[in-house]
Amino acid sequence: MKQRDPELLLQHAPFLRQGMTTPTAMGDVLIALTPATLAGLWYFGISAVLVIGASIAGAVLTEISFSGTERRGESLLDGSGLLTGLLLGLTLPPGLPMWMAFLGGVIALGLGKVIWGGLGNNLFNPALVGRAFLLATFPIAMTTWTTPDEAFWTFRATNFDIPFTYTEIDGLTAATPLGLMKFDQQATPLSNLFMGSTSGSLGETSGLLLILGGIYLYFRRDLDWRIPVSILLTVLVFSAILGLFDSERFPAPLFSVFSGGLLLGAIYMATDPVTSPTTPVGTWIFGIGIGLLIVLIRVFGGMPEGVMYAILLMNAATPLIDRFTQPRVFGHLRGDND
Amino acid sequence: MVNLNPLNLISGSFRHGVHPQHLKVQTQDLPIQRVPFGSNYVMPLGQHIGVPCKPIVKKGQRVRRGEEIASASGFVSIALHSPVTGVVKEIGEFRTFDGNFSQAIEIEADAFSTQEPNIGPAIDWESMNIEQFIQAVQGAGIVGMGGAAFPAHVKFSIPEGQQIRYLLINGAECEPYLTNDHRLMLERPDALLKGAEIVRQKLGAEETVIGVELNKPEAIEALQARIQPGDPVRVVSLEAKYPQGAEKMIIKTVFGREVPAGQLPRDVEVNVNNVSTVVAIADYFDHGMPLIERIVTVSGPGVSYPANLIVPLGTPVREVLKFCGGLKDETMEVIMGGPMMGRPIASLDAPVVKGCSGILAFTEGQTLKRKEFPCIRCGRCVEACPYFLNPARFARLSRARMFGEMKGYFVFDCVECGCCAFACPSSIPIVQLIRTGKDQLRNTQASEK
Repeated sequence: MKQRDPELLLQHAPFLRQGMTTPTAMGDVLIALTPATLAGLWYFGISAVLVIGASIAGAVLTEISFSGTERRGESLLDGSGLLTGLLLGLTLPPGLPMWMAFLGGVIALGLGKVIWGGLGNNLFNPALVGRAFLLATFPIAMTTWTTPDEAFWTFRATNFDIPFTYTEIDGLTAATPLGLMKFDQQATPLSNLFMGSTSGSLGETSGLLLILGGIYLYFRRDLDWRIPVSILLTVLVFSAILGLFDSERFPAPLFSVFSGGLLLGAIYMATDPVTSPTTPVGTWIFGIGIGLLIVLIRVFGGMPEGVMYAILLMNAATPLIDRFTQPRVFGHLRGDND
Repeated sequence: MVNLNPLNLISGSFRHGVHPQHLKVQTQDLPIQRVPFGSNYVMPLGQHIGVPCKPIVKKGQRVRRGEEIASASGFVSIALHSPVTGVVKEIGEFRTFDGNFSQAIEIEADAFSTQEPNIGPAIDWESMNIEQFIQAVQGAGIVGMGGAAFPAHVKFSIPEGQQIRYLLINGAECEPYLTNDHRLMLERPDALLKGAEIVRQKLGAEETVIGVELNKPEAIEALQARIQPGDPVRVVSLEAKYPQGAEKMIIKTVFGREVPAGQLPRDVEVNVNNVSTVVAIADYFDHGMPLIERIVTVSGPGVSYPANLIVPLGTPVREVLKFCGGLKDETMEVIMGGPMMGRPIASLDAPVVKGCSGILAFTEGQTLKRKEFPCIRCGRCVEACPYFLNPARFARLSRARMFGEMKGYFVFDCVECGCCAFACPSSIPIVQLIRTGKDQLRNTQASEK
C-alpha cells in the first residue's frame, strides 16, 4: 500500500526481523549434510551418486508436478523437496536399483507430504515414509548391503536394473554392523563405525561427519538440541541397563549409538520441525520415546534396524504430546489451559 | 506480597523474549536539542487512551503557552494545553498520523512566542492529599509516556483496601533505536528523582526502584551518583532483552512475581511509571509546565541527521524531520514509536502527539518485504512469547477464521509485543493475524450485547 507525498509503505509492526528465513534454514541442513554425503560418495563411489540422484529427482519432480502453478516456484525455492530427496537417498543401500530410489522419492513427497497439504502440514517425516514404503515393497533390495571397498568408478550392476526388475546378486554383499551383531553376535570396532568404513546405507556410515553437521546446525540455531541429546542419552542408558542383564546378547551402549542410522535419524530426521513437538517438554518426551523404541525394536524385533519405525511412531504421537505439554500461560494458574 | 529480593535479579529476567540488535549508537551520545517553533500547531483531542477531551476555547481566541485549551471529560480523560502562544485558528477535523481524521484544535503560533520552561510558579505538592494530587496530574494532561499514552492519574487512584509498596520507575527502553529515555536519565536525573519522590510520597510507597537495562551504563551511573545513602531509592540494572520494558515483564524481572492475568500491577502492590512520565510530573510541580512537549528520538537509516529532540506537541512530523536534515531519497517508510510496536505514519503532515517516543525512517534495505513461507512448526515463536502463548496456533486459527477457539487459548492475554513475528523464519504476519482475531471477537461480543 503506497501513499502519495511521499510514497510511504504502511506495514505492520514489528518492523525488524531476525535474519533466519525458512529457505536459509533448509539450506543450512543441506550444508550440514554435505560432508556425510561426500563421505558416502567416497566410500561407495559412483553408485552413491546414482542412488541419491534418483531419489532427489523423484522427490523434486513430484513436488513440482503437484504444486499449483503459483506455488511452483515457491515450493522449489524453500528447498524442502530437495532436502527430503537427499535424506531419503542417504538411508538407501548403495546397490539399490535407480528406479526403486526414484519411486521412493515419489512416494516420500506424494504420500509423505503433498497429500497432507504441502510443507508444514505433514504428520510423518516424508523421507521416512518413502523409506518405509521401499522397505515394505522391496525387502531384499533394501537389505542387500555391498561393501564400501570397491573402486570409485565401479558401477554396481543392480543400479541399472530396468524398472520392475531386480537382479539378485551373489557375491560382494556384506552384513551391516547391526546385522552382524544381531545375527552373529559379532561387534564391529568403534573406530570403524566412527570413521565410516563399514557397510550400510549411504549416509549412515560416518558418525563423526554426521555429528559435525549437527554441531553446525546447533550453532546456526536450526536444530532443537533436546531431540538428538534425549535420543542418544536414552539409547545409551537403556542399552547399559540391558547390558547388566546379559552383556553377551545385548549390544554395548556406544556401539548402539554409532551403528546403523541412529545418528542420521536423531540429528537430521527426528529434528524435522514439522513432525516434532514445539514445546520444550514435548521434545524431551519425543526424544526419549524414540530412544526407547529404537532399542526395543533393534533388540527384540525381527530386523536389525529400528530407527525409522521409532521416529515414525513418535511422529504419530506428536500432536498429542504437543497438546498435553503446553506451558502455563503467564499470569494464569496451571490447569487454566484445559 | 512482593519483595525486592536480590536473588530475583541474579536468577535472570522474565523468561522468553527476543534479543533484537540495539541500534542505539546513532543517537545515544547526542544531547537533547529543542526544535524551534514553526507556524501552526494541531492538537488532536484524543491523543490519549480514553475519552477525548472537550475544547474550552473559541476560534480566534488568544492562548498562552501552557494554557488549557480543552478539559477532561470524565475520569479516564485528561486536559490539553497549548504548546505555543498564539491564536486559535480552527477547531475541526484534522488528519492524524494513522491517516484518519480526528477532532483537533489548530493554533497559529505568535511570531514572538518563546519556549520558556518556567510557565508558572512551583506548586506546593506536599500539602496536597491524594485526590488533589490525582486532579492536578489529570489537569496537567500527563499520560504514560512509554508509548501507550494511558492517562497517568488513573494509575495513581488506588482502590480502598489496596496499598502500594514499591514504585517502579521504568527506564528499560527495550525498543531498538530509541534513546529518548536514555538521554533523559543522563541529562535530567535530578528531575527524575524529584518526580519519583513526589509520586512515591503521594502513593505512600515504601521504596522507589528504578529499572534500567544494562546497555545504558552511563544512565545507571548518573542516577546512582545522585542517590544519597538512606534515600528510599535504588537503581537496578536489567538484562537488555525485549520486551523488558513491558509493565508485567519488568515486574517479573525485578520482583520475581507474575501479575495474574486480568489484574493490574497494583494488585501485587506495585505502581509502574515510565521515566519520562515522572519527569513530566516533576516539571509540572516545579515549573507549572503541563505536558506540552516531549522528547522524541528521530533516527533510522532514512534520516540525514539523527537526533534526540524536545518537540512541542502538535508539531507536524514533516517539520521535525526537516530539522533533522529531511528524509533521504531512498526512504520507504516512516514510523511513530519503536520498531517492535510502533505504527506506520501515513501522512507526514500529521502532528506529534503525547505518545510519540520516536520517529524512525527506514530505507528499502530495512523495510520488510520478505516473502512469506508456510509455517514449519519450528516453535521459535513459542520460545519467544513472553506470555507463554502459542502464536503459531493463533495465526493458524485466525486464518481459518476460528476466532472462538483463539479466545479459549487466551488471545486477549497477548499484548502484541511482536516477539513472535520478529522470530518467525517464515515471515508470517502473526501480530496482524492475532489483531484480526481480537477485533472479530470484540465485534461479535459487541453485537451480542
